[in-house]
Amino acid sequence: MSDWVEACATGDIDEEDVMRFDHGGRTFAIYRSPDDEFFATDGLCTHEKVHLADGLVMDDIIECPKHNGRFNYKTGDARGAPVCINLKTYPVKVDAGKVLIQIG
Amino acid sequence: MAGGMLIIGAGECGGRAALALRDLDYQGPVTLVGDEPHLPYERPPLSKEAMASDAPEIKAIASDAILAEKSIRHVHSVQAVAIDRAAHTVRLSDGSVLPYDKLLLATGSTPRKLPMPGLGPRCVYLRTFADALAIRAHLTPGNRIAIIGGGFIGLELAAAARKLGAAVTVIEAQPRILMRGVPAAIAEIIHEAHVAEGVDVLCGDGIASIADDGNEVRTTLAGGREISADLAIIGIGAVPVTGLAAEAGLTIDNGIAVDAELRSSDPDIFVAGDCCSFPLAVYGGRRVRLEAWRNAQEQGALAARNMLGAGEAHAAVPWFWSDQYGLSLQIAGLSDEGKNIVRRDLGDGAFILFHLAEDGRLVAASGIGPGNAVARDIRLAEMLIAKRAKPAPEALGSQDVKLKSLLAA
Repeated sequence: MSDWVEACATGDIDEEDVMRFDHGGRTFAIYRSPDDEFFATDGLCTHEKVHLADGLVMDDIIECPKHNGRFNYKTGDARGAPVCINLKTYPVKVDAGKVLIQIG
Repeated sequence: MAGGMLIIGAGECGGRAALALRDLDYQGPVTLVGDEPHLPYERPPLSKEAMASDAPEIKAIASDAILAEKSIRHVHSVQAVAIDRAAHTVRLSDGSVLPYDKLLLATGSTPRKLPMPGLGPRCVYLRTFADALAIRAHLTPGNRIAIIGGGFIGLELAAAARKLGAAVTVIEAQPRILMRGVPAAIAEIIHEAHVAEGVDVLCGDGIASIADDGNEVRTTLAGGREISADLAIIGIGAVPVTGLAAEAGLTIDNGIAVDAELRSSDPDIFVAGDCCSFPLAVYGGRRVRLEAWRNAQEQGALAARNMLGAGEAHAAVPWFWSDQYGLSLQIAGLSDEGKNIVRRDLGDGAFILFHLAEDGRLVAASGIGPGNAVARDIRLAEMLIAKRAKPAPEALGSQDVKLKSLLAA
């Protein structure tokens, strides 16, 4: 089950930002936190299936670009209306300048 | 505290308020009264996703199970007919009387009626899920749909109708579509998109007469043009539902008037959402009424906090969006507060207009583009507006300067 997939290079994402990563018919969002750590979640908001990578990252929060649903991208926790379903997160590791995510 | 919290209006606003009261650990009775038979649901999809589906479904804010789990009593299919402020009770159309300690009026708005004779069964409005189902049934290939009013509801329905193959004419009496609150440069993009998709967009010509004989609707414009349609959808704005409040003697001022904490002229009655006229702190307390989904949601939650004594002033920046074809528009702030406009291009045809007041303060930002291209920068603009920032116009206009960097300034 250690299905590690290369998502991007570390330099592809600015600090406190996000990018979209599509793989195997699925879509993910890869985050780089203000303290330079990488995280990964499902790519679509649990409210209305909008790509979160178009949203804004502030500290450890990703905000949906459509209706401002907020999630903690480190834990996947939904942070209030209109979102009530948590976001699935995925393990991430950085290896030789590459960001890898483990797709379960 | 026998009466508990009573909420009149079970839409986005009322529903969110009820949930918020429980999230805030309020233990007393919470009762949500609505005149529709449905669970509290989101209205924005009614002119968008619901129209794209062959079998539209309600997008509920909370399920029956959630309401039960949170001990929120949902009284549906009834109207509130009178408030007895002295007794702290509300009488419903089924004759029952509900007590309250604090009352929230989230009665919303209702479509503005076209004040003309000649309307009939094929002249319809969109507000409820039932309205949406009725309209959806007419959006079939070749069916002729006249949309009266070039506002958001009408234009979103026009886009949905075209996707389903209907023949669509939009009739707008003003010189252009989206006159209220949308800059001309953005309205033009939307206008062109509709024309490219085959919609006949007629602006600047008022309606002289309408005749609905039950089989078709004939609309005659002042300029003489005649439009025949199988269905006329009227979308000419909304009016706040204030009757209940007015009869109870509450102050009305383009909506039920409240203070910054959403409290009406009766300290035990709060008001939120489309029906509420409130002072907007970010523009020096200018009194406004907003017909927007996010406002309904935020004010519902704020009213809940203040019903429990938080004493928190409204501080949000107005924001709304619209989706038509592949385009999405987002506007933060009130653009009529601006004097000067700075344009920022984002690529792929997406752009944002920043509206600056005379003193250089950023007061609004209007963006349009494919998908959610403008979302992030509009959100950052909203934060700048809330901060009452005076960003350098050159920085706003340059793609090389990240808006996020201006927030820190």
